[in-house]
Formats: sequence, structure tokens, C-alpha cells
Amino acid sequence: MEDTTVKSNFKSEEYFINMGPQHPATHGVLRLLLTIDGEIIKKVEPDLGYIHRSIEKMCERDSYQQIVHLTDRMDYLSANINNEAVCLCVEKALEMEIPERVKVIRTIIGELTRISSHCLWWGVMGMDVGALTTFFYGFRDRELLNDIFEETCGARLTMNYNVPGGLMFDIHPNFVSRVKEFITHFKTKIPEYDRLLTDNVIFHKRTKGVGVLSREDAISFGASGPVGRGSGYSCDVRKYHPYSALSQVDFNEAIRTEGDTFARYSVRIQEMWESLSIVEQLIDNIPEGDFRIPTKAVIKLPKGEYFQRVETARGELGVYIISTGTKSPYRLKFRSPGFSNLSLLNHIAVGGKIGDLVATMATLDLVIPDIDR
Amino acid sequence: MSSALSITGNIHDWLYGAMPEWAASLVEMVLIALVYLGIFAIAGLFLVLLERRIAAWFQQRLGPNRVGFQGLLQTMADALKLLSKELTGTNRADTFLYNLAPYFVIISSLMALSVFPFTQEFQAFDINIGLFFLIAVSSIGVIGILLGGWGSNNKYALIGAMRSGVQTISYELSVGLSLLTMVLLTGTLQLSQIVEVQKSGWLIVQGHIPAIIAFMIFMISGTAETNRAPFDMVEAESELGAGFHTEYSGMKFAYFFLAEFINMFIICAIATTVFFGAWLSPFGITESIPVLGVFWFMLKTMLLVFLMMWFRWTFPRLRIDQLLTLEWKYLLPMNLMNIVIMAVLVWLNLTIKF
Amino acid sequence: MSYFSEIFHGIKTLLTGMGVTGKYFLNSRKGAITQQYPDNRDTLKMFDRFRGEVIMPHDVNNEHTCTGCQKCEIACPNGSIEIIWDRGIDEHSGKKKKKIDKFVYHLSLCTMCGLCIDVCPTDAIKWGQNFENSVYDRTQLTRVLNKPGSKLRPGVED
Repeated sequence: MEDTTVKSNFKSEEYFINMGPQHPATHGVLRLLLTIDGEIIKKVEPDLGYIHRSIEKMCERDSYQQIVHLTDRMDYLSANINNEAVCLCVEKALEMEIPERVKVIRTIIGELTRISSHCLWWGVMGMDVGALTTFFYGFRDRELLNDIFEETCGARLTMNYNVPGGLMFDIHPNFVSRVKEFITHFKTKIPEYDRLLTDNVIFHKRTKGVGVLSREDAISFGASGPVGRGSGYSCDVRKYHPYSALSQVDFNEAIRTEGDTFARYSVRIQEMWESLSIVEQLIDNIPEGDFRIPTKAVIKLPKGEYFQRVETARGELGVYIISTGTKSPYRLKFRSPGFSNLSLLNHIAVGGKIGDLVATMATLDLVIPDIDR
Repeated sequence: MSSALSITGNIHDWLYGAMPEWAASLVEMVLIALVYLGIFAIAGLFLVLLERRIAAWFQQRLGPNRVGFQGLLQTMADALKLLSKELTGTNRADTFLYNLAPYFVIISSLMALSVFPFTQEFQAFDINIGLFFLIAVSSIGVIGILLGGWGSNNKYALIGAMRSGVQTISYELSVGLSLLTMVLLTGTLQLSQIVEVQKSGWLIVQGHIPAIIAFMIFMISGTAETNRAPFDMVEAESELGAGFHTEYSGMKFAYFFLAEFINMFIICAIATTVFFGAWLSPFGITESIPVLGVFWFMLKTMLLVFLMMWFRWTFPRLRIDQLLTLEWKYLLPMNLMNIVIMAVLVWLNLTIKF
Repeated sequence: MSYFSEIFHGIKTLLTGMGVTGKYFLNSRKGAITQQYPDNRDTLKMFDRFRGEVIMPHDVNNEHTCTGCQKCEIACPNGSIEIIWDRGIDEHSGKKKKKIDKFVYHLSLCTMCGLCIDVCPTDAIKWGQNFENSVYDRTQLTRVLNKPGSKLRPGVED
């Protein structure tokens, strides 16, 4: 982005402001070039690349086992789901039969990851609209989940629990009881979230009718996840292309039709309930069996192209592998949900105030490393 | 009159006895100024600590508890750190206005502090237009914020400052009108007289329904006056970074920061004086010991300060246009209505008096 | 009339919100959710699977089980592990065998993915529980895991 382009568009009343890369509301190193008229936003241009680590290129160098750990670092808040996506894609290419136990455990941890990600999002959402206490309440509940993850996989955030062919190790003996404990705890906390923030009249004023995204626009911008579903676009990969054990469980897709910031917010709150119910259905019947199918030390995918999509906490993550039969992919492309969700920011934020932009951005739930990769 | 309070009287007499009149009054002024500066610094630092601890308790944390007993010296340490920091600034800033701004803010809050009746006869400056003086002086602070935002040569600071201007001008009305409602009841602007009136029942009891409405309006608009959440448009950290004081560092930043807390104290002290009987004890239980007046005054003020902190750590922030909607469409009409009700109340003599 | 009901509804929701925070304020004496980190060092216990750093356990005879097969070095995505090895005569079998001279581990490059420990055929390396890794000089983050003078435990084959 050259400064000259901005200058040529300048009108006397409009001015230009740099939001980020160091700004509290951009949740990382996103830089937004804002053209503002007073308080009203005229143009938003996201400028990316501040945390680009060329993960896709690194994948072309690594073996398939090694690729998994790189995906932890993309959307770090749904690390386990990313890992699962790569593993599923490799397993699909190798036509492996995965034990039921692995599928169920992957689904449970995936849904817990989603709850954990939404907890953090809820806290940060509150903070973005100015209610600072939500941050700590969100993190309090997220810590419990992180403890479960740490006990099971040894890491709190970058879990790397999946390997092609199953899981790195079996679940911890305490896992089931701890998850049940968490479910009972968290069921009392979501109503509290509602009382503190969702029902608050100021919060309603801040979010209702702000950043409206129509269903048509959601589809044409490629929005997915809660952003798409907030606009009434039914796009849950878990429903339409069930993977792992998701075909065995019964859950509703959270959909709102308003398309505004509050709708996206409600979708996420609703998703926490749905994820809880999925975990509840599965936690008591984890089938016995192997937790891992031994694979060759060097995995070589047959020549061809493979694609697998999963639903991360932010939307649809696609993994596209082109293999030439060697130990590492010829090309690996991640279709990350954050990138397409960010692309519609200019569309929905223009005409709003600076405060609206912040609230809208909070419900897009951007994770910048996921966008830059 | 108790002995503690007569000390001021003794000093006064001794000064006038030992020096010519002009020198004595000068020395007296300096002494009083020093006392108030002390109150200012201590109250400011204490309130910052209180805010941090209370915020922590709301958020299931512990808060600062390492420096001194229960963290009592934490803010002192912070102030020392800020003193030792470099004073940075931006290129092409309007240096004169930039440097002037913190003093505007701090002087306005210092001046407002001088008129409060902390206890019987413990009042530096008892003028007959006390309430008017308070409103007038406390709105000087916004000039400091505007100058700071303008002089910083930073767009975030400018947006913050402009928001502050808009906000203060609007909410000044509500503060004034809600106090005016109570003035209808007291019939005087002099703060010591207002306290005198309340000896037959605190004004919030005397004026019952309209007084409670006026109190609510005053607390809302007072929160907005001090630029605190949920009205902290001026320094909305998720929108503007730090708002008008983005470019300030070291002690200049500390001035803004202290002034914010002192302003909060002032707003609560006004509410205490006008609605809750200043230093008067509930039901006159400690009427015979006037020194305890300071205790009651502080207790009531601190409770109101706590209320404002409770607001801050619970509510999301309003948007700037909603902020103005709240003022012009809700608070102001209610306030005008309330004045009429109060006038009728006073006219028909429906007030509750003991 | 909706004007007033709106106001009352608004105030009600605000008070509910204050109720939530107020409840936590009153219960704040029951303890915080945060940890008093440097103070709780003695009682702080990490989970047994915690990934702190890679360590190589040695037994009382100063023997480890690393045969120097270099599988971990190949598995590592970041080149955190370097094995400097040599061939020597094994005391027991008398055959010429690979043995490690230095097992170099760069903590500063490690992403804690656990692939090295996953592939190790003799369980020579394990996860350590240490997480306090701050040092003044980053060369200190490069560690030699096998102790000086240590040797392969007899009978361990890969």
C-alpha cells in the first residue's frame, strides 16, 4: 500500500488514520488503513503480512508428520482442529481406516477447542466494546479447558495431539471425569455470560444493526463459520460434510438471520451450547480400541490431489494437498476462514463509527496468524 | 468546638499576631494550598490503588499486593517511576499547548477541591456561590484535554479530545440541572448553608422521588463528566489506543491520570454534599464529635466512588452518538421534568422533614 | 409509554449485570483464580505429560539409552537436535557400533511438537517438567543432553 493512493483519494474533510499494526483492537498485527470523515468510516483497507511466516512453503519441505505441528501456529485458538484437518487429509489420501476411538476423541477435543476459542473470543469481545471484566471471566473458564488439554497432550495451546493415523498418545485416565466436571461448571457460566453482557442494554445498542452483512454478500465474500451463519447462510461443515465422529452425534446448527454484530455474537454463544451437547453425547461412550494405527516412518502420499475441509472455531478450513509421490507435498494450500472473513470488513464497516468498526471486528473473530500464515 | 478544629483558628490568630496583615494572609494561603496539595496527592494515589484493588476483586484477581502492606505503597512506587521517566513528545507538536494542557486539568480539579466542607468549619473557601463555583471550575478541565489532544499532533489524541469536548458540553447541562433541582430545595448555593439545611434530613430524603431521580441523573452525568467507563470515549483503549493522552509520558501523563481520579472524587464529594448531607452523621449519632464529620464525609464519598468503579468494571462502553442520545433524549428532558416536579413539591411543601 | 418502559428495561439489565460482578466482588475473599507464580513454586506441579523441554534420563551408573540412531534428528521439523556421533568398539559384543559423542539440543529452536520423543525407539529422550527457561544469553539454550562420561546402557539395541 503506497501512501500516494491514499493521498489522491483525499477530500478536504476526510483524513487518514493508521489502525495498527500495534493497536489494542486489532488482536495482533493487523494494520487497517482507515479513511475517516469525523467519526464516520469511509474506507477500510486491511494491510496484511506483518506475521507472515510462509507456513505453506515450509510445508513443502516437511514430512507429513511434521506439517501437523505447523498448523498449530496458524489458527492457534483452534489448534487441534487444524491438526485434525491435515491428518484427515493425509489419512484420506492413504485410504486408512481410522479406529472409532480415535474419531470420538478427536471430535471431543475438537469441540472443547471450539468452546475454549469461543471463551476467549467472548472475553475479548467484551473488552472491545469496553466491558473489561468479561475478559477475566472468559479466561477463567478457558483455563479449565487448557488444563484438560495440558493433562492430555502436554501443551495448552499448540497441542499437536493428532498424527496421521491416530493420536500421539491415549487420553489421560482423568480426562473423562475432568471433562464432565467442566461441563457441569460451564453450564452455569454461560447464563452468567448472558446476564453480564448479552442482555446488557448498552451492549444491545452497540451491536444491534451494526455491521450488517446480507446472506448474498456472505456467500459471495466466502464467509464461513459463525460470520456466515449469523447472516443466515447455513454453512456448517460439521453438518454438510461430517468428519470424524460428527455423523454420530445430534446437534443443531446455530443460525441467525439478522446478519448484524449481535447475530454473530448470538451464534457463537449458541455454538458453545451445541458444542457442550456434542461433548456430552460422546464423553460417556468412548469406544475401546487402538488410539493409533502405525504408519510407515516416511509417509508418501500417492500421486494426486487431496482436499479435506473441517469446521474450525472461525469457519471452514480447507487443506489442499498436491502430491507427486514424494515424502513431502508438492504444494499445500490452506483455505483459512479468517482471510475471507476479513475481506468483508470494508463492506460492512463503511458508514459506521470507529466504535462500530471495533465491535464488528470483534465478532469477525480474527486471528491474524491464521490470515497471514 | 473541638480542640482539633481550633488548631486552625489558633494558627490563624498567631499568624496575624506575629506578622503584618498582608504577610500573614499570604503565609496562610500558602499553608492552606500546601495542605490541599497534600490531600490531592494522597487522595489521588489512594484512589488509583483502590480502583486497582476493587477491579481485581470484581475480576477474581488479587490486585497489587506486593509493595508495602497490601500494596499500599504500589501507587507511590508507580508515581516515582513515572517521575523518573523521560518526557517524550511528537514532532511538530504545538509545544506550548502540549506542555500547558496537564496543568489546566490538574489546576481545575485542585480548585474544585477547595470548597468542600469536609467537616464543620473545615472548609478552605466558603463562598456564597459554592455550587456554581464547583460546576464552573470542574468544567475548565476539559480545556486541558482539548489542548492536550490538539497540541499532541496525533490524530487519535485529536479524536479523543474532540469527543471529550462534545461529551463535557452535553453532560455539563445535566450536572448543572440536577444540582439546580436540589438548589430549589435548599434555596442557597453556599455549601455550608446546604449542609445546614440538611440537619433536618438529608436532601435525598427531604426531596424523596425527584431527589432520587436527580441523584441518578447526577451520578450518570458525573460519570460522563469524569470520562470514566461506560462513558470513556475520550480514552477508549480499544478504539483510540489511549485517546487524548496518547503522546504524554512520565509525570505529564501522571497529572492526567491523577486528575481523572480526583475528578471522580470531586463528583462523588458533590453528590455527598448535596444529596447525602456532607459530614452529617446518619440520624445525628455522632453530632457531638465534629471531627468524626471527616470520617462520615469520606465514608459517603468512598461508597459513591465504589459505585462508580462498579459501573466501570461492569458495563460496556457507549458509542459516541449513543452517548449524545442518552443525554439529549433521555437525561435532559427527564431533568427538566424533574425540576418542575421539585418546584411543585417545594411550593406545596411536600418535602419530608424531621 | 415505550419510552419509559425502555428506560426501566435498560436499568433492569444494567442492574443484572452489576449483580453478576457484585456477586464475585463479595466472594473475592474466597480466593483468586490467578496464580501467585513465584510464591507457589514449591507447590506448583506440572501435569505428567507436560512438555517443558527435552531431557535425556541417566541412571545411577551414568548410562543412557541413546544409540545414536538419529531418528529424532530426522523427525525434528526445526533442526533442534544435532547428534554428533562416532563409531567405537562395543565393550560387550566386541562389534563396531555407532555411539553418541554429543546429543546437542537447541531449546531456542524447539517448538515442543514431541515428534522426536514419539519416534525414539529406545525411549532415550523424554519430556522434562522444567518450564523456567529464561537465561541471559541465548547460547545457554543450546544444551548437551548426555552427561560427560556417560555411555550407552548395555543391551540396548535400536
